[in-house]
Amino acid sequence: MALTGIQIFKMTPKKNCKECGCPTCMAFAMKVAQGALEISKCPHMSDEALAELSEATAPPMKTIKVGAGENEYSLGGETVLFRHEKTFVSKTRYAVSLCTCMDDAAVDAKLAEIQKVDYDRIGERMHVEMIYVNYEDGADKDRYVEMVKKAAALGRTLILGCKDVEVAKAALEVCKDGKPVLNGATAANYAAMSEVATAAGVVLGVAGADLNETYDTVAALEKAGNKNLVIDATGTSVKEAYANAVQIRRASVKDQDRTFGYPTIVNVAALAHGDRTLQQALASLFTVKYGSIVVMETLDYAEALPLFGLRQNVFTDPQKPMKVEPGIYPLNGADENSICLTTVDFALTYFVVSGELERSGVPCNLIISDAGGLSVLTAWAAGKLSSTSVANYIQENVEGKVKSRKLVIPGKVAVLKGDIEAKLPGWEIIVAPLEAVQLVKFLKDLTA
Amino acid sequence: MPFNQKPQKFNANINTVEIGYGDKAIKLGGECTFPFYTFDAPLENAPKVGVEISDMGLSEIPGIQKFYEGASTMAEIAKKAEAMEGADFVCLRLEGGDPNGADKSVDELVAVVKEVAEAVTGPLVVEGCKNVEKDSELLPKVAEVLQGKNALVLSAREENYKAVGAAAGLAYNQKVGAESAVDINLAKQLNVVMTQLGVKAQDIVMNVGSAAVGYGFEYVVSTMDRIKGAALSQNDNMLQMPIITTVADESWSVKEAMASEEDMPEWGPLEDRGISMEVQTAAAVLASGSDAVILKHPQSVAAISKMIKELM
Ligand code: B12
Ligand code: SF4
Repeated sequence: MALTGIQIFKMTPKKNCKECGCPTCMAFAMKVAQGALEISKCPHMSDEALAELSEATAPPMKTIKVGAGENEYSLGGETVLFRHEKTFVSKTRYAVSLCTCMDDAAVDAKLAEIQKVDYDRIGERMHVEMIYVNYEDGADKDRYVEMVKKAAALGRTLILGCKDVEVAKAALEVCKDGKPVLNGATAANYAAMSEVATAAGVVLGVAGADLNETYDTVAALEKAGNKNLVIDATGTSVKEAYANAVQIRRASVKDQDRTFGYPTIVNVAALAHGDRTLQQALASLFTVKYGSIVVMETLDYAEALPLFGLRQNVFTDPQKPMKVEPGIYPLNGADENSICLTTVDFALTYFVVSGELERSGVPCNLIISDAGGLSVLTAWAAGKLSSTSVANYIQENVEGKVKSRKLVIPGKVAVLKGDIEAKLPGWEIIVAPLEAVQLVKFLKDLTA
Repeated sequence: MPFNQKPQKFNANINTVEIGYGDKAIKLGGECTFPFYTFDAPLENAPKVGVEISDMGLSEIPGIQKFYEGASTMAEIAKKAEAMEGADFVCLRLEGGDPNGADKSVDELVAVVKEVAEAVTGPLVVEGCKNVEKDSELLPKVAEVLQGKNALVLSAREENYKAVGAAAGLAYNQKVGAESAVDINLAKQLNVVMTQLGVKAQDIVMNVGSAAVGYGFEYVVSTMDRIKGAALSQNDNMLQMPIITTVADESWSVKEAMASEEDMPEWGPLEDRGISMEVQTAAAVLASGSDAVILKHPQSVAAISKMIKELM
């Protein structure tokens, strides 16, 4: 529960020395209660008071770190339920699952498949960040350890799905440096599992037969001193998984119930085994609604392209559109005689259009004018992309530098053609297709 | 100490809007919780899945071609669409009316609407061509020819709500779609002026705008989150209309669903990419509060309707 200013005041040294930047200890306490200042700003606080207060004033949902080096990811730490209130901070991470129920050939094929998806989208590397290695009760321990070793060799962060304490211990031996998650604590084994996880220095995943059991197990683990946890919200049905994921997040963020203040794992591979299409629907659902790690059976290009796009959208700040600098961007070795194309300064649009232009191999100058960081039609509807804005930009910034007098405009603003022509004497205005994906063929035909 | 479950109960509901007639009629909306929060209160009506067909014929996608095999007239296509596994309604899109495209005449399109309406027995949604001038001429005629069918006519927009709203909502007793551009204030404003025109709030379904995932979709999520929030927690009755989202149209026109296999060999089959885009976009809009989605690939329709059933 959050503390009041008065409660915090009682723990201050009451020196009124102003070293924290506040006129009095009381003023300081009020600011801390509002979350405007950190308790550590007072240098005179006793250790006990500090420990108690930092616990009580910490955000309700913990930030848990998994993985090592460049594969380290932060999970959780969210402060709101809806992204319009405040930006979501920790992206959903996707894992592909392996299982002792698969034969060696299938495991190898999957590991090869995982590595294929690796690309860049608006400056962000998109790839399968995690591998879930599932141990089925009674399977051969050595074989599991071998599988874990193989998976670890890919340099992705592992999640060990294993409820057997001895097997988990052996598996951690070969992969603990990569800081995997040990997803295996239950009401029955949590004490032993927690010891194994703590000894290896890794995050422990906790599951229960229902939310009450999960809650009790988390509470028991916390009491035993382990707060390095994630909660497996999967349960036995889609409905239950969704109810768990939402209620865990809501209890922590809205109701300040710290026992549920942990990130979640949702295993859609288990919920929709063998149904690739349904798994994708669920991966999307749990990206929007509160899954910190989503586990799938496969994540090939077809599945990854929309999913990573969705994630990139959901986890950005809506107040600040991502922009690129206005200017002339020569592509494919363009010079002053190369054809010009124009579009807006919205980063996504720039990324899509420049990608297509590069793919065409045709030397061209991409001209980005200031459109407030909005997409083509949005900018047009908002009056930020007009015949005047384009014409002025060309006259002021382009005519002196480029000799070509051919300008291609986006197909979605074909209506601007006549006006731009009137405002830019000497220029030939060409209307491009609607979608950037059609540019390659269009440019080849145009310059043929 | 067990988990202290705190259900979030609202004293407000999304309106229930019925479309279609007889025992095949469906109900959109009615919920008093955030999307699929059945742990807070039972969900009145499951969100619905529509199948998009177009006056321009069938898409080239092999799986779609195969599904409609043997159907050549619009009536036959509509019948197959209606029988698709997981389909709750058919959405006929009159894209051929676009003056910058095929520019079909209003009469020609109205004839297609008639043919389809006679072929199907379930609920029908008809979508215009997106050109506001053409739609203000076309959609009133569509509403007229659908008399007695209790259809949903998409869409009235800021520019043409008077013509479309008056015809569909007042003169011919249909349900009216109110389409706005991904913004809560615009959505509300349109509902306000439509009701001032005399259209009953209970006859309006909103299309609050959409995008494919990855393409400005964050605004879609936030617009829907905010609309549902205002409708339920502030009891704002100008935002309590159920939401319908045209997913097929957005999904199949982005690069991921269009680039050829020749151009993007590592991306794999185009059809798989289109389905992925459609399914993931649909799941994401449903998670954000949409009460109905319009899709076109049989595999997407089946998967999304399965997801909805499992969440109920
Ligand atoms: C997200 C969004 C917003 C966001 C803005 C996000 C941003 N940074 O732009 C917000 C919520 C702020 C917004 C606001 C508005 N929006 Co808005 N918005 C959208 C939405 C959903 C997606 C836009 C997007 O990100 N597209 C993705 C980018 C990549 O697309 P793009 O820039 O067009 O680029 C593509 C092509 O044009 C092409 N291309 C681009 N350049 C070039 C160049 C060449 C040479 C070629 C060949 C191709 C090419 O390549 C890209 C991929 O193919 C669209 C609807 C939709 N589904 O498209 C509506 C939409 C664009 N918005 C619309 C409107 C009306 C508005 C508002 C005016 C509403 C209002 N009255 O307040 C405001 C104006 C903004 C303001 N006043 O600040 C309308 C425009 C209607 C029209 N036909 O004119 C749309 C179409 C919605 C609709 N159906 O009504 N919007
Ligand atoms: S630094 Fe500490 S002791 Fe000094 S005024 Fe601030 S709160 Fe009080």
